[in-house]
Amino acid sequence: MPRASKGMFVALMLTLWPVWAYAQQQPADPAVIAKGEYLARAGDCIACHTAREGKTFAGGLAMKTPFGTLYTSNITPDPQTGIGTWTSDQFYQMMHNGRFPDGGLVYPAMPFASYTKVTREDSDAIFAYLRTVPPVKQPNKPHELTFPFNNRSLILGWRTLFFKEGEFKPDPSKSDEWNRGAYLVEGLGHCGMCHTAINALGGSSESQAFEGGLIPMQNWYAPSLTSNKEAGLGEWTIEEITDYLRKGVSAKGAVYGPMAEVVYNSLQYLNDDDVRAMAIYLKGLAQGSSPEKAQPPMPSAESSLLLSFGKQIYDRECALCHGANGQGMPPDYPPLAGNQSIQMVSSVNAIRMVLNGGYPPGTAGNPMPYGMPPFAQKLSDDEVAAVVTYIRGAWNNRAGPVSARQANELRSATLN
Amino acid sequence: MHRFLPLVAFLALVALPIGAAQSQTTERAPDTMAARVLACASCHGAEGEGTSDVYFPRLAGKPAGYLYNQLIAFRDGRRKYPPMNYLLEFLPDDYLKKIAEHFASLRPSFPPPAPPTDSKEVLARGESIVKNGDPQHGIPPCSACHGPALGGMEPGVPGLLGLRAAYISGQLGGWRYGTRTAIAPDCMQIVASLLTEDDVKAVAAYLSSRPAPSDPSFAPRGSLPMPLECGSEPR
Repeated sequence: MPRASKGMFVALMLTLWPVWAYAQQQPADPAVIAKGEYLARAGDCIACHTAREGKTFAGGLAMKTPFGTLYTSNITPDPQTGIGTWTSDQFYQMMHNGRFPDGGLVYPAMPFASYTKVTREDSDAIFAYLRTVPPVKQPNKPHELTFPFNNRSLILGWRTLFFKEGEFKPDPSKSDEWNRGAYLVEGLGHCGMCHTAINALGGSSESQAFEGGLIPMQNWYAPSLTSNKEAGLGEWTIEEITDYLRKGVSAKGAVYGPMAEVVYNSLQYLNDDDVRAMAIYLKGLAQGSSPEKAQPPMPSAESSLLLSFGKQIYDRECALCHGANGQGMPPDYPPLAGNQSIQMVSSVNAIRMVLNGGYPPGTAGNPMPYGMPPFAQKLSDDEVAAVVTYIRGAWNNRAGPVSARQANELRSATLN
Repeated sequence: MHRFLPLVAFLALVALPIGAAQSQTTERAPDTMAARVLACASCHGAEGEGTSDVYFPRLAGKPAGYLYNQLIAFRDGRRKYPPMNYLLEFLPDDYLKKIAEHFASLRPSFPPPAPPTDSKEVLARGESIVKNGDPQHGIPPCSACHGPALGGMEPGVPGLLGLRAAYISGQLGGWRYGTRTAIAPDCMQIVASLLTEDDVKAVAAYLSSRPAPSDPSFAPRGSLPMPLECGSEPR
């Protein structure tokens, strides 16, 4: 009997609470709303919570995962279909602990494992801002997950393995700038979602934080931020890193693939101080591991044939922009000689850039970017393999050869 | 005058090495639209004239409003072709407008028309639909909106010449089956849904057999009385 009445009471509270809470909402201070808008940019909420040609923050974007398709939710203040009845406590609970107001578990496609580091004050500011966006009446689409992943209680297991609740704790031995950068990168920036390897359970292991991995379903390789042989920024100047993060192009290279989205929707809007803080933190991540020069791949008759074939294609198709010696014309035509992105063990990104080409994002700092043409329709698998092998091994680049089969497999990679 | 000579010489001496050093270390990409849109060239030609691939259309000389609408539609996913959707995904409106204006301003020569592979009857049927429509089935002539010379009309109606049959029938098919849509009211969807498959084949065969127009420009805005309301050509 006591258990039943307690249940009734809880149910009643759950039903009535939102109504009461909704009535209690006061309009927030404009400065807080502006701060919340800025932080929502830093968290890149819009990228997932807005569908193509859809209303801003009304959700409905299909996110393909190895476990099925998730549809993002409506986070406009519509009381029926959005989060209009939520309180700032409930919003914080979702950001911080990955739970809906009714206690239900949020799928970890929502990066609450990163957002848990966000302070209560910042969470409240984002919530205050979201209350001011136009409400949109658009019911959330049910997820299409395959068995057994359609069972939400499985998330409990995932959380035990991969979720560690807790706000960001500044490191007193580091500068304020470093700590601000760490807060943004590890928290709202949720960089670890891609730059930490995702395992078969859809989780990213803390011990491998920022060590890179293939992004599931997208077939882009998110390089390690800790190794200077990949995207580790130890060898970059602070200016090169801030250019890269905010303009999308730098003297060392341009953003492409999923990173173009992050710059387009989020990083270009961040202020000088915050981008600089992120750059300082990111550069520091890679300080420990100085790049060891890999051994040049063993020259064999076959690979030297591939290299000379690749050079012919390079001189014909690539040299006009990237230069006969791979020097490029930075920042608009990126250098290929010494480009870390090309020399990673994973050749996925280099192959895909040749197949698909790409434009860096149009940003305030680089409003009219230069584009790389796609070559999928022009070059055969053998030609793609040869030219990528050449680029990875020419000049002082030191990375292994690429096979026609690898090139062929990436022809069917999802484009967007 | 000669009083300034030492100063000039001094400035030249100071400035020259800097200029020389800069040109060595920081060769920049040409600051032109042509260099920026080289990404388009491998499929559409360096001047948007089209390439040998029959599915990739000529862009040059189409009205900027039409090209802009297509760029937006590809970027936002309304018009589906993954390589285009991917390339344009993170480009802002202002830049897409500049790209559209760039290709609209170009006038490269037209390719020689493909030797007709269809029968005279098919071509005649195509010509008849293009010039007179099919009043019995409520089909307006193509020339009513695309102009008597088929060069299109500013801002949103494209020219129809210099395109290959495979591309034209592909687009009309896309409209018939709803995979290509334009801003509502979508007049082309209405027209295309009235066409039979044979009509589509005939129109594509006739249009692709036409020689280059003597005047490769589009008609000025509002100069053609359009029989249908079109979202992409506001009246």
